[in-house]
Amino acid sequence: MKPDPSQKPSAHADLFNEDHEALRTQVRAFVEKELLPNAQEWEAAEAFPREIFKRVGDLGFFGLKYPEDVGGSGPDYLADAVVTEEFARCGSAGVSSSLGGHKDLATLYVSNFGTPEQHKRWLAPAIAGDIVGGLAVTEPDAGSDVAGIKTRAVREGDDWIINGSKIFITNGSWADFIVVAVKTDPDQGHSGITLFVVDTDTPGFSSRRMPMLGWRSGQTGELTFADVRVPDANRLGDEGAGFLAIMQNFAWERLIMALAQVAGAQMTYEVAKAYALDRTAFKRPIGKFQVWRHRFADMATRIEAGRALTYSALRKYIAGENPIKEVAMAKLYTSEVAFKVADECVQVHGGYGYMMEFPAQRAWRDSRLGPIGGGTSEIMKEIIGKTLGL
Amino acid sequence: MAWPFNAEHDELRKSIRAFVEAELAPNAAEWEKDKYFPDWVFSRMGELGFLGLAYPQTYGGGGGDYLCNIVLAEEMTRSGSGGLAMAIAVQTDMAVPPLYKFGTEEQKQRYLVPAIKGETIFCLGITEPDAGSDVQNISTFAEKVDGGWIVNGRKIFITNGKRAHAMTLVAKTDREAGHQGISLFIVETNTPGYKVERTLDKVGMHASDTGEISFTDMFVPDENLLGKQGEGFYNISWELQGERLVGAAGSIEGARRALEGAIAYALQRETFGKPIAKHQVIRHELADMATEVEAAQQLVYDAAVKVARGDYPVREITMAKLLTGEVAFRTADRALQIFGGYGYSMEVPIQRGWRDSRLIRIGGGTDEVMREVIGRMEGL
Repeated sequence: MKPDPSQKPSAHADLFNEDHEALRTQVRAFVEKELLPNAQEWEAAEAFPREIFKRVGDLGFFGLKYPEDVGGSGPDYLADAVVTEEFARCGSAGVSSSLGGHKDLATLYVSNFGTPEQHKRWLAPAIAGDIVGGLAVTEPDAGSDVAGIKTRAVREGDDWIINGSKIFITNGSWADFIVVAVKTDPDQGHSGITLFVVDTDTPGFSSRRMPMLGWRSGQTGELTFADVRVPDANRLGDEGAGFLAIMQNFAWERLIMALAQVAGAQMTYEVAKAYALDRTAFKRPIGKFQVWRHRFADMATRIEAGRALTYSALRKYIAGENPIKEVAMAKLYTSEVAFKVADECVQVHGGYGYMMEFPAQRAWRDSRLGPIGGGTSEIMKEIIGKTLGL
Repeated sequence: MAWPFNAEHDELRKSIRAFVEAELAPNAAEWEKDKYFPDWVFSRMGELGFLGLAYPQTYGGGGGDYLCNIVLAEEMTRSGSGGLAMAIAVQTDMAVPPLYKFGTEEQKQRYLVPAIKGETIFCLGITEPDAGSDVQNISTFAEKVDGGWIVNGRKIFITNGKRAHAMTLVAKTDREAGHQGISLFIVETNTPGYKVERTLDKVGMHASDTGEISFTDMFVPDENLLGKQGEGFYNISWELQGERLVGAAGSIEGARRALEGAIAYALQRETFGKPIAKHQVIRHELADMATEVEAAQQLVYDAAVKVARGDYPVREITMAKLLTGEVAFRTADRALQIFGGYGYSMEVPIQRGWRDSRLIRIGGGTDEVMREVIGRMEGL
């Protein structure tokens, strides 16, 4: 997608300060120079160069919410949010989600629940972009229903033996390490879940890349654990503490998704608007037809509302609250808005919208994952319903 | 046997279904992957009589009524490939019907008869890079010369564009005459000056080939003018009714396939200790989907019955195209959602229906054009 030069970086001064805006300009320059021009090619190839992780690590964009002792420059979660928003403008959710899966899923778990030794082993090199991480919770028969996972870890002396499979794992087919949720006590529901870090060169671990409807340059994997032996030193957090850890991290994970969806929708909107002003039918630009003008008004309104809702949840998160309801609402609403905007972008392009050479279809396919990944819209509504006392 | 179909339609449906399930469906995944299907599908369907169900037997047709075409469009959805179904529909309900309706006896013998046999594959050349919804704004021009016409111009999004032997072409013959300045031609694709510039890669409808085609000083003889000179706009408007109605019929039946898939999955997939179909929200979602599919399909049947009895129900056809387009995609989208993460996997077919069904809101006239037509017909 072509950037719109008239689109100035966000000016939400009450949330982001000058340093954040300077960072935004820096990240945007990187994205527009090194990622966006390659999006079409990487998507067609269904892969992007792994060296991008190193490049992003060198630029320091993985380390903004992590402290200096592990190679970060924070902790500054707002700065990290800025990076997420700008990555979402790279024109390919495959790329941005791979970077995000590394930055906000795998490393966040190691950071939040790891020992200093574990930080040294996985977090520091991951922040540097030397190794790539993934988070594996979902299984073939347990997606939304986390407590229903079946992958087992059985204690054997100082080691654990892991057996099972995981599916739809971002970075799964090329990660160096996987944070995996397993049952250590199958008789317990929630409290039988424990986290481990598994190096992917461990014997018994294998993966295959899953072809997806969108996110095509990403390396989504199906993982198999066949008698994978890991030492107890790879256990992340206490035995049985995995479910709570997952629930705790969901807040940031979903906030990040909402931020990315709003930023992506904004970009898609700009692409659609540029086309609507350029393309003429019945002797005038289609953007000037009343119906389309109103549809753009609707899109712009929903994007603004989604951004405001997301920022409100972010503000609470930064203040140390656990805004479960606002986060669920933001994730639900922005994923629907992002897909709706992409669908309108396809429609305004007419026949060209259906063609692979135009970015509209990619935004449309990519954004369709929003209402599914990281907890479906149905799960978000369940959470919201509960917070409403229903 | 349910309205509007009779026992003969049901027999026909049975035989088409047997063919589709035995000879097309098993190949669909491969053809989708290849982004092409072999030409034998046309000749085989011609041999079985499926390409000319409603034409008189004197031309090799089946002598049936219009509802036979609806039966064919519905059963083609069982192939599992929207692109395949669309390519066949272009032959049966878009590019060829104008030959029968407006062609001379000689043109019918020369082009209609082999088209019904599936020996001559047709494509339809309306859309241009700068003129989609507004047909009268096309710039492909046919200049009158001695004994024929010299055509220059370009067409895009042409289904069967790569494989076609002949094109039903819409071109300007008088730049000053507005609606009256458009005419139809039959063009053989091996005519000097006819060139398939490229095939286009689409987000869905993968088994069908879509071409961009250029005409450079292409000579078309007088005898290939189809219908009267200057009547092309009205004649192609007639063609578009058939195109829209068959598109509506196929897409809403495709939605029925997605609905069936979603119901089967919802009954089998368990979360939180029970099949997801037993969660009230999913049950109600499926109920909404079924209701919308039923309503839209009945609207298609209403329009089809009117066509079958000789009416020209532009209003109902336009409404059917608009509503089925929206319902078909929304149904596919909700089905995909019910499949959760699997819905997003290219290894599960539900995403194909989602990608394929998105085209009906664009092709054959966009939703916006449908609303314009309906608005006009409602006196607005």
